[in-house]
Amino acid sequence: MRTKFFVVLFVLGLASSAMLVTAARPAASGTITGKATFTGTPPKMKPIDMSKEPVCAKEHNPPITTQDIESGPGNTLQDVVVYISAGDQGSAPATTTAKYEQKGCQYMPHVLALQANQPQQIFNNDPVAHNIHPLPKANSEWNKSQPPGSPPIDTKWEKPEFIAVKCNIHPWMHGYFAVMGTSHYALTGADGTFTIKDVPPGKYTVTAWQEHMGTQTQEVTVAGGEAKANFTFKALPY
Amino acid sequence: MALSKKITRSLMLGAFGVALAIPGVAVAQDAGAHAAGLTGNAETGKQYYRRWCVGCHGKEGNGEGENAPYLDPKPRDFTEALFRWRSTPTGTLPTDQDLYDTITRGVVDTLMPTWRPLTPQTRVDLIAYIKTFSPKWQTQKAGTPITIPPEPPQTIDSVLHGRQLFDQMQCWKCHGPEGRGDGPSAITLTDDKGEPIRPYNFHDGTRFRCGETNQDLYKIFMTGLDGTPMPSFADSLKPQDAWDLVHFLRTLQPNVPSTSRTVWLDYVKTHQGQIKPMGADAQGQ
Repeated sequence: MRTKFFVVLFVLGLASSAMLVTAARPAASGTITGKATFTGTPPKMKPIDMSKEPVCAKEHNPPITTQDIESGPGNTLQDVVVYISAGDQGSAPATTTAKYEQKGCQYMPHVLALQANQPQQIFNNDPVAHNIHPLPKANSEWNKSQPPGSPPIDTKWEKPEFIAVKCNIHPWMHGYFAVMGTSHYALTGADGTFTIKDVPPGKYTVTAWQEHMGTQTQEVTVAGGEAKANFTFKALPY
Repeated sequence: MALSKKITRSLMLGAFGVALAIPGVAVAQDAGAHAAGLTGNAETGKQYYRRWCVGCHGKEGNGEGENAPYLDPKPRDFTEALFRWRSTPTGTLPTDQDLYDTITRGVVDTLMPTWRPLTPQTRVDLIAYIKTFSPKWQTQKAGTPITIPPEPPQTIDSVLHGRQLFDQMQCWKCHGPEGRGDGPSAITLTDDKGEPIRPYNFHDGTRFRCGETNQDLYKIFMTGLDGTPMPSFADSLKPQDAWDLVHFLRTLQPNVPSTSRTVWLDYVKTHQGQIKPMGADAQGQ
């Protein structure tokens, strides 16, 4: 009898949550697309000397460079985080696991965008030990060792912010967790383009963040279909 | 005239009342403090802080007191609520007792003296005040202290296993294969503020900054020293293995007599040429 009651409750719950989801996503939702580029002269990215960790140095021939600015042909910018910073009417927290990997003494991806409270896993796929040392301000800082063969570290971040991540053992290792307060975000690809999907009609402030060049914002109106938002950063040679 | 005098008087009385109320408001974020069986009061602690601590830690508690430019290492910045010597896991706030112990002990090799001359009540009041510098004390609870199982006997097996772990966990990357603080990554290390920081040299030191017992040593690598490059190994070391590592680390300290060091030195005498090198040498690098 009791189980029946709970089953009914469960079904009701499912139905209502399904209704909520449909209500939050009207048929006419659109996308925001665009491209991130820069003008000016950016600093040159330097080759990384990994000779202190020969196992990793062997994996990169020729050596990889620093990734503060990842630019492509036509001054496009990769790994720019573009997100709705104001006007978002609440978003469902993501339940998928955001994965961050250490491979060849390098963080992959260099910038990981994920939602606040979204589960995250950090893997060490190197035959050497790393320590993962995120440096948040709003969230709590921690520093954990991950020797080779360790299981992934499970974590999540409560508050939205851009968190620099480093490995103290390998000082060249440097990356970011972009913790978002919205589900409407995207990272620019190798060609500098991005697409934010499933945006309900409305007026929004959209922000683009690049780790070296800071942020750019613009107002975007979405009325179904595709709204355009291009971002141009100004690069200084230092 | 009489009326205006009356008004002035009542205004003054009102102002006096407000002034009386202010001390309660002044330390708005008083989270209190409980340590050494005492309860601390932030308002009282503020008076002591202004007398004893402000010179280095600064009026705002940001570690930028008048003396700070001349100090190395820098005084702790309380506005970050990031503390090194904790009994709690990495990423959590320390207990009030942890902070009390730090004040009481002082910090070896720095300008932070022991504050035993202050009464326990004064020290707890100071903790209550220090906790008003960061809003984190309002929104978060202190972490749960880690559980330290009873220490097993200091045998050669324990020491040898600890030595193996020192190699596997790659402690030598910073602390060096002999624990001299001269590993390959040592010179690149900085703390969270970007200040250069050295890994502990087991050969020189006698005491650790967080205390001198084997339990204190156990806590260092199982909680990590937040704000420094020293990570927590709680996810990678089992409690029993952690004790073995403690026993091995004791063998690196010629200035600290221990059973571990004695059994290790005996072993070295009888096993000449059989002890494998550690670190980069072991990997032929």
